[in-house]
Amino acid sequence: MSSSDRISGLVLENVVIRLGGLPLLDIDCRILPGSVLTIMGESGSGKSSLLDFVAGFLKPDFRAEGRALLNGRDLTSLPAQDRQIGLMFQSPLLFPHMSVLQNLMFALPATCRRRQDRQDLAERALADVGLAGFGKRDPATLSGGQQTRVALMRTLLAEPKALLLDEPFSSLDRTRRAEVRELVFDLARKKGLPVLLVSHDEEDARAAGGEVHRLEAGKAGNGLDC
Amino acid sequence: MPKTDGLPDVPTVLVTTLLAGPVLAGLAGTVLPAFGYLPVLGHDSFSGDPFRKLFSMPGLTTSAALSFSTGLAASVASLAIVLLFTAGWAGTDTFRRLTRFLSPLLSVPHAAAAIGLAFLIAPSGFLVRLISPWATGWTRPPDILIPGDPYGLAMTVGLVAKEVPFLFLMTLAALNRPHVQEYLKAGASLGYGRMATFFKVVLPQIYPLIRLPVLAVIAYATSVVDVAVILGPTTPQPLAPRLVGWMNDPDLSLRLMASAGALLQLLLSASALLVYLLLETLAGSCLRTRFSNGRRHPRETPGRVFSLLPMLLIVAAMSLSVALLGVWSLAKSWWFPASLPQAWSLGRMLDALKSGGPSLGATLVIACGAAAIATALTLWLLEARGNARRRETGRMKALIFLPLLLPQIGFLFGLQMFFLLAGLSGTLTGVLLAHLIFVFPYAFLALSDPWNRLDPRYAKAARSTGASRARVFFQIQLPLLLRPVLVTFAVAAAVSTGQYLPTLMIGAGRVVTVTTESVALASGGSRQIAALYALLQLIVPLAGFSLAALVPALAFRNRAAMRLER
Repeated sequence: MSSSDRISGLVLENVVIRLGGLPLLDIDCRILPGSVLTIMGESGSGKSSLLDFVAGFLKPDFRAEGRALLNGRDLTSLPAQDRQIGLMFQSPLLFPHMSVLQNLMFALPATCRRRQDRQDLAERALADVGLAGFGKRDPATLSGGQQTRVALMRTLLAEPKALLLDEPFSSLDRTRRAEVRELVFDLARKKGLPVLLVSHDEEDARAAGGEVHRLEAGKAGNGLDC
Repeated sequence: MPKTDGLPDVPTVLVTTLLAGPVLAGLAGTVLPAFGYLPVLGHDSFSGDPFRKLFSMPGLTTSAALSFSTGLAASVASLAIVLLFTAGWAGTDTFRRLTRFLSPLLSVPHAAAAIGLAFLIAPSGFLVRLISPWATGWTRPPDILIPGDPYGLAMTVGLVAKEVPFLFLMTLAALNRPHVQEYLKAGASLGYGRMATFFKVVLPQIYPLIRLPVLAVIAYATSVVDVAVILGPTTPQPLAPRLVGWMNDPDLSLRLMASAGALLQLLLSASALLVYLLLETLAGSCLRTRFSNGRRHPRETPGRVFSLLPMLLIVAAMSLSVALLGVWSLAKSWWFPASLPQAWSLGRMLDALKSGGPSLGATLVIACGAAAIATALTLWLLEARGNARRRETGRMKALIFLPLLLPQIGFLFGLQMFFLLAGLSGTLTGVLLAHLIFVFPYAFLALSDPWNRLDPRYAKAARSTGASRARVFFQIQLPLLLRPVLVTFAVAAAVSTGQYLPTLMIGAGRVVTVTTESVALASGGSRQIAALYALLQLIVPLAGFSLAALVPALAFRNRAAMRLER
């Protein structure tokens, strides 16, 4: 047992991801609760594979070494659904067959059993991001910024222990972008979640305030230490 | 862009006529005789006699109940097997491997599959032979009525084995929708198990895409003839094969009763569809109330294993059945309970190839003709509608599916009459035209998705260089879609090869294909000959799909972007 087993936060321990035998990236770092690590890189630099590795979705053509630990728990061999990692995608990906409120209730843990309680919690989450009264709406009728805010609350209601953000602001226009970004980082800080952000936007990196690492496309052995 | 002026384009009109025309004419030609009106045979007044006669037939209720229950049970079971398997395994290596098995199994014609299955599960079949006599003590086949059990279980199994590959490939196509992979990830990252994610998030989104195929399966399975003849009970038979028997009876007066029976068949299939829609509503509302209860079902290993088993069983049974066709056709003598033939012989196969030559030739001509016309028409329709910027409307899709949503027998009886009047009955052209009605929907199904996925900017770029619409079609769109077009041709040819009832009814015994021959031979004495003809049925699909794989590989051998991904 190494020292990282007792550390809180998200620890990536000697992670090397290979595609067809060639190393795509290697990383060894720790993200403290409430802080953000930003990974910058062009497409093809392996940043999405890193997220896939941490979240448990790495495709079979990729090979990975090393471990990902969350608050001392080794995630590497756990199925995705047991990792307690919240994921935000490039598009909000609200479930189109459910109402806004149902989308949020979907994320609430089943331990909260009463339907009324579940609805109240979901309504409160909506109000928290300035969308009180939007519960009955069809997600498709919301603006991009509103959808992203609902997606954020959906992610947080599932009570994740870490957040992975895969360019979640890229679909928003400039003005909305800063606003939503602040909201995300703010909530993550309040909840003390380690955040791994993947982006190719310099502004995202600046706003995140944490460490920034750059990957270069196609360059073997993108080494990161932190 | 040319204006549409609200007038439908030529191919739309043509396809509407091709599909709706025969169906409506056929229905009329069935309804009138059912009420006693058939001037050709001298019946020129309406009466309820045909129905009275029909309902006085012994065992009619049993026949109807058999058709209804086997068809509906097989359809629902097939759908359940496909959905459970997809829920538990989509995106895994196991899923990919089984996909590779299931696609070729789809092209095995129903009759061939049923004959192979009979060789597998009969009391003297391969499974019993494997465990006899050492485990069972049987030195003679046990006296059990399989296939042909009175409850139609063997027939249901046969239908399931054939409908599962079809529904699976339809589901697979639906999973190609944008974002499905991300939705699966989203579910998992919220703590949901694979299967829970599939049923709560993915299925509600893709179900509309697999609904029509499911309905088509129900209409087909409740009125199937060839599988019922080979695997179904005999005393009495299910409704559809009995109707065919009456229709082909030398006693022409039975035709009126057969037409009345065809109406009963329509009613029966319609009520099976209704029952399914009811079940669907029930399951839907059951599922909807569970969308937001937060139950994540993360411990799903037993469920996943359970979902894999039936699928594995079907793939194994079907593969074995096809292999058995090969073994039987090469067997000279194969006495019970030996697991393999005592003596092999190629001679019989060569003899049968010679005697089967004409029927194979007819099959090829009809399959290639129907497939070529169906593929060309589909392309024409898609190009014209794309050019007029018409999206596929629900109405168009329902129309194209119409011949598949009705039991064939319901309008083929009437259609036969019209073909007779037009002098097409018993001709290759007539059979080809009749096949076209059933082949076209599958061609459209196979090609519309790849066509719509083709980046429209290629055509725009070409048009902007001054190329005409025709040049864009022949030099840009068609070559880019060479692979799906050839696959469509192969699918269409396979569908045509598998047609039993249209060949039987319109061919009037003068046009004989390997499929009608196999069904006729299946109940006969020689297993070798039956196996050989069943095997001959596989030649057309096999050749078609090989061509579809080979030609693009050769044509684009120096074009990296034209290779298949994955």
